[in-house]
Amino acid sequence: MDVTIVDYKSGNISSVINSFSEVAKNKVNIEVTSNLNKIKLSDKIVLPGQGSFKSCIESLNSINGLIDTLSEFVLNNKKPLLGICVGLQMFADIGYEEVETKGLGWISGKVSKIDNHKGKYKLPHIGWNQINIVKESKIFKDIENNSHMYFVHSYEFIPNDKSVTVATTDYSTNIVCAVEKENLFGTQFHPEKSDKIGLKIIDNFIKL
Amino acid sequence: MLKNRIIPCLDVKNGRVVKGINFVDLKDAGDPVEQAKIYSDGGADEICFLDITASNENRDTIYEVVDKTSKKCFVPLTVGGGVRSIDDINKLLNCGADKVSINTAAVQNSKVVEDSSRKFGSQCIVVAIDAKRKDDGWEIFTHGGRNPTGINALEFASKMEKCGAGELLVTSMDKDGTQSGYDIELMQKISSMVNIPVIASGGVGTLDHLVDGIKSGASAVLAASIFHYGTYSVNEAKQYLASKNIPVRI
Repeated sequence: MDVTIVDYKSGNISSVINSFSEVAKNKVNIEVTSNLNKIKLSDKIVLPGQGSFKSCIESLNSINGLIDTLSEFVLNNKKPLLGICVGLQMFADIGYEEVETKGLGWISGKVSKIDNHKGKYKLPHIGWNQINIVKESKIFKDIENNSHMYFVHSYEFIPNDKSVTVATTDYSTNIVCAVEKENLFGTQFHPEKSDKIGLKIIDNFIKL
Repeated sequence: MLKNRIIPCLDVKNGRVVKGINFVDLKDAGDPVEQAKIYSDGGADEICFLDITASNENRDTIYEVVDKTSKKCFVPLTVGGGVRSIDDINKLLNCGADKVSINTAAVQNSKVVEDSSRKFGSQCIVVAIDAKRKDDGWEIFTHGGRNPTGINALEFASKMEKCGAGELLVTSMDKDGTQSGYDIELMQKISSMVNIPVIASGGVGTLDHLVDGIKSGASAVLAASIFHYGTYSVNEAKQYLASKNIPVRI
């Protein structure tokens, strides 16, 4: 099996590579590439994302044909894709970080700044927070409810259709922190930085 | 609920772990990769490496340490010390650091903070502030605490927030190495002034000091000696904080 981590030159993906390599243990081939043919031929895709919504979308756009290839993989071929952090946020129709930016539109919704209640809550939301699993998800197999995951973000994904939400976390408001829609998976937290429990989520995704 | 973080810090020189007492008198003990792994297995919420390698020819040792550590530890890794440019930050992130802490370069040229937070995201840019009491306030120092700057610490903290720092790592130079507790007043002042998380550093000698650090408003507490010399394990520290009703990840 080939799992491809999309390298679109946006932010730091070495932790994502290290964690997937650790879990794959040579049994699964982990590719790190932006090569469109390799992406097309892979069985699963990981879409990381660091920095702003705008800069990530711009980086995706800077590689000719990448967004079309990813959309075809997800929407037509229905193969599994995991978005992490801004990788998940980009599923949305629109994001409001820096300037209004069009997203991939895979899951209808928007990405807005977390309401910090006039400074009562610090942003970014950094650290370990518990996830409240609201719906069964394949990537949460053997993950206990209220497990701690590592978060670092100032913006949140607000899906229009609440039924895609599989987990939330409490920080100033109830933040959507994991989604599942058919073959599309996303986590706002960083499984690659969430110790053994995070590696279990990665293992679940690889084993889908 | 978001938990308060405990961050063990390892001072690394020429690829080996040392711990400074008041920034001098170094003792050599241990391999940083092994140490970091012990900490992360013990429940550390993050790991911090402070590279205090002085000579330029040995500067590359930290990259190897970071690379090896990031393949074994799956909690966030912050690396600081000698970070001068966007290129240095890029190299550390590529080796597997999750965050980079900037001290002297941020003071000399705040554009480094602006540019790097824009390029890599605020989440990976930590500004390290070394502050020392002076008159009614605190003055910041650069170059590992050697050079006074005449700059007020509170004003500088506020400026760094505006420049795009994701977190502030605040070290009291008066307290560092004394094991007499954090400079609580400094932590309170900075935490209440900025809207980004503050990591309290410098002076931890007992578990009650960690409690005081969190109560001062810091989001995370950093400590080196008490963990490094085995006075307490990270897990003992967390159990103690929990017993004082401070939310931690256990």
